[in-house]
Amino acid sequence: MRTSVQELIAKSKDKKSKKIIEKLIPVLLFLIASVSVLTTIGIVLTLIIETVTFFTRVPLSEFILGTTWLPFANSGAQFGIWPLIVGTLKITGIAIVVAVPIGISAAIYLSEYASDNVRRVVKPILEVLAGVPTIVYGFFALTFVTPVLQSFFPDIKIFNAISPGIVVGIMIIPMIASLSEDAMSSVPKSIRDGALAMGSTKFEVAWKITVPAALSGIIASVVLGLSRAIGETMIVSLAAGSTPKFDGDFTGSIQTMTAYIVQVSKGDAGYGTTIYYSIYAVGFTLFLFTMAMNILAGYMSKRFREEY
Amino acid sequence: MRYIEQEKVVRRMNGRMVVNRVFQGLFMFATALALLALVILLYRIVSQGAGHLSIDFLTNFASRFPDQAGIKAALVGSIWLMAVVAPTSILLGVGSAIYLEEYAKKGRITTFIQMNISNLAGVPSVVFGLLGLTIFVRALALGNSILAAGFTMSLLILPVIIVAAQEAIRSVPGELRDASYGMGATKWQTIVRIILPAAIPGILTGSILALSRAIGETAPLIVVGIPVIIQFLPEGVMDTFTALPMQIYDWSSRPQAEFQTVAAAGIIVLMVVLLFMNSIAVFIRNKFDKSY
Repeated sequence: MRTSVQELIAKSKDKKSKKIIEKLIPVLLFLIASVSVLTTIGIVLTLIIETVTFFTRVPLSEFILGTTWLPFANSGAQFGIWPLIVGTLKITGIAIVVAVPIGISAAIYLSEYASDNVRRVVKPILEVLAGVPTIVYGFFALTFVTPVLQSFFPDIKIFNAISPGIVVGIMIIPMIASLSEDAMSSVPKSIRDGALAMGSTKFEVAWKITVPAALSGIIASVVLGLSRAIGETMIVSLAAGSTPKFDGDFTGSIQTMTAYIVQVSKGDAGYGTTIYYSIYAVGFTLFLFTMAMNILAGYMSKRFREEY
Repeated sequence: MRYIEQEKVVRRMNGRMVVNRVFQGLFMFATALALLALVILLYRIVSQGAGHLSIDFLTNFASRFPDQAGIKAALVGSIWLMAVVAPTSILLGVGSAIYLEEYAKKGRITTFIQMNISNLAGVPSVVFGLLGLTIFVRALALGNSILAAGFTMSLLILPVIIVAAQEAIRSVPGELRDASYGMGATKWQTIVRIILPAAIPGILTGSILALSRAIGETAPLIVVGIPVIIQFLPEGVMDTFTALPMQIYDWSSRPQAEFQTVAAAGIIVLMVVLLFMNSIAVFIRNKFDKSY
């Protein structure tokens, strides 16, 4: 006996196992999709719980207001976060000074001046630069940039803030360049053509038309770069030293929040010691800093986006 | 009445063109500077480390003596790590992407998950290390094992894979989907037999790029407590191990100058692995890039 296609379809629709699969799969996939949400919750909860334990031993006021970070002292250990924040800001400051002019210039060059051929060559190379592991940058800072700086300025110590700052800057150039270039490329060609037809030079178009129109995207790229620089760990762990300092010295050893976490993790701070809990308090502070930057960047690119 | 003062325009023209040229030069110089940084970086590392590269370097364990130090344990460890990270992160990433693109109703929950993913991508890797230390190493008592480090790395690169997979799924044209439904296929059949095969090149490319980030990450491994000096190879996912970036970090931070050569040689190995992975990604992108 031959069954018609219609019957075949009806039969296959009746299969119970298939119905169950169709019901089960969305549930399963929802569970998988919630892993990313659980990760965020996990991060926030672990940081908060361990940080609270830390504050049962060290007063909150000392942590927030203190300007001495001396966790390894045998007696009278002090946990004032400011030296680590100052160290982080030194690195971030230098990185931004290096990366913003170069990154935005490169973005303007790529979006306004470069031919398609040049763009096809330069953009993949920038991608390579973005894909270099940070440990490699750290090695580069320690074994190349620092000695070069020392040959010009003999005052600079082996561990200092300048060399890793510059290299963190190099690391975030591709990010700032490519995000800014995206923002500039999305400015419609008609506006540019209009300005060119009125007799503007390319520089005038870039400076008076493209950059102002893409400003929100450019600022967002800088803020994201800032966030990356704050969270950068290996370059500073290798090249910036491990001396938390509350001063304006750039030529000697400093310590950032991330480098402190690495220093403790490398050593044998036993589970349950105050030092063990302190890395969570520092990690929480770091998390808040980068979170604020990321939210700001998202806000900037949404709030001030001009629609064409 | 004339709106444009001819003379004034002509007088200023030269100056404006000079400004344009000067800034064009500046912008080009800045771009060249960024490229130069990469050239110097690669040149320095190759010239420093090439001398130390040999078969012995690949087959020796780590050693106190720079000339005997090898990268075997780290290389094998990194491969073990990828063996955990690749299936875990791709399964979770693609699953999440399918849910968000195919099943989730556009609404508050979806927007929330999406926002959460982009925020997660901005969390510093060292913080993921703290998460791994608390949850996987201590709470689940996995210790300093490949599994604990692998799960931590998987969560770290999860946002990247989700976003890449979402883009790949989104780029599958709607007609394919409609045709499949028209033939009487169910939703899951359509996803498995039509959408995923069409999206797989994009998913693979994105996943490989994400994995190459994981293979170079150091900070989470240090925080999770992965040791450096290991004189044996792991035999299962519950064994402890070391990885390429950990080994490079250890060599770089030693005071003896000879170890910097060893570190540079290690970096060359790491960069070759990365280059290999990226070539595969580019190959897949070019080979299977179908345009509909």
